[in-house]
Amino acid sequence: MHQVEPIATESEPTTAAVKRGRAIVLTSGKGGVGKTTTTANLGTALANRGASVVMIDADVGLRNLDIVLGLESRVKHHLLDVLEERATLDDALIPDKHTEQLFLLAAAQSREKDEVDTEKMQALVSSLRERFDYVLIDCPAGIELGFKNAVAAADEAIVICTPEVAAVRDVDRVVGLLGNRFRPQLVINRLRPALVKKGKMLSVEDVNAILRLPLLGVIADEPEIIVTTNRGEPLALRKETATGAAYHAIAARVAGDDVPAPMPPAAKTSLLERIGSLLGRNRA
Amino acid sequence: MIEFLKRLLGYQGSSATAKERLRLVLMTDHLELAPDMIEAMKRDLVDVISRHVEVDRDRIEVNFERQDRTLAMLANIPILSVNRPNGNGSVKSESAAESKPKHKRAEDGAPPTRKRRRRKKAASPASSPA
Repeated sequence: MHQVEPIATESEPTTAAVKRGRAIVLTSGKGGVGKTTTTANLGTALANRGASVVMIDADVGLRNLDIVLGLESRVKHHLLDVLEERATLDDALIPDKHTEQLFLLAAAQSREKDEVDTEKMQALVSSLRERFDYVLIDCPAGIELGFKNAVAAADEAIVICTPEVAAVRDVDRVVGLLGNRFRPQLVINRLRPALVKKGKMLSVEDVNAILRLPLLGVIADEPEIIVTTNRGEPLALRKETATGAAYHAIAARVAGDDVPAPMPPAAKTSLLERIGSLLGRNRA
Repeated sequence: MIEFLKRLLGYQGSSATAKERLRLVLMTDHLELAPDMIEAMKRDLVDVISRHVEVDRDRIEVNFERQDRTLAMLANIPILSVNRPNGNGSVKSESAAESKPKHKRAEDGAPPTRKRRRRKKAASPASSPA
């Protein structure tokens, strides 16, 4: 099987004449599993480490990444303006409000996904890689042309999955479609440890027994993610929170640091349950 | 505590159901996405069976069916002739032998050819197949 070189090279700080940044697509097949939220948080965390990052919203027609980042009022030009040469790249790149060296290239809202030309998209990403350490591509849901364009321009993939039957099935399909050019890494999103403990939700092990992908990390289903999305401030800005720290750990792993995959803390066990399990152990 | 008691009594949460459904749906998906593999399997199956009986290669049907908690492969392989037990000569047959479902899971049964042979032995003294 074709092996992609291990993700272990934090790009050199511009000593070389031409930078060769990494183009990573974030995909899932299924919609609503948290691709956009993950892109915003991973971008924020990577830029926080001192890397230069551009995030491309490839979800043409359903622009969302600007909202999650709180940049919706600053979008003047979008991806298709650049691809069709109505705006320069510099005009279209929106600097982030909170994090330096972090930029957004917004999706076109009034256009359709099949209006994106695959080759032009590849050329754009290629030129962005010369300017940035990371090009994160927020892939649209589905496996049609929008997906194909987003994937064609990337050379690494992160797949986002929630612990649900439909999401795992779709990721399985997407991994098949990505083919041997990629060795996708997995982020499990929206895990609820209390439900896992009660046997009411697929566990990390259950999901990855099927997908068998290198695990970047696990993000818990926390109400604060909704709150931060409401405000347009990615949780990765608050490193002191458990989920914010988890995004930073994922970013560190993407950058090649040897840190463990973040896991949400296990659900608390009540005193009664602890007594119960003690009794159980004696009986067994 | 209630959860613990449930677990003690072998109660499984809905995640077990999810796991089971996922396992089956992915098997079906993978089969659907690999028609070449199914063709190859059909060929191999026929090659093995043809060592013992002559089959009608053009009328073979292979289907996959969900049966309760397993995925079953159902093969309908019309037999044209069967060699006489002691060697020479063969008896022509027009009846199609419906092979028993061959379960994908290993623990669910012996390889298909053995199953077929066993069925034949059982049928021969009674003269009419079940």
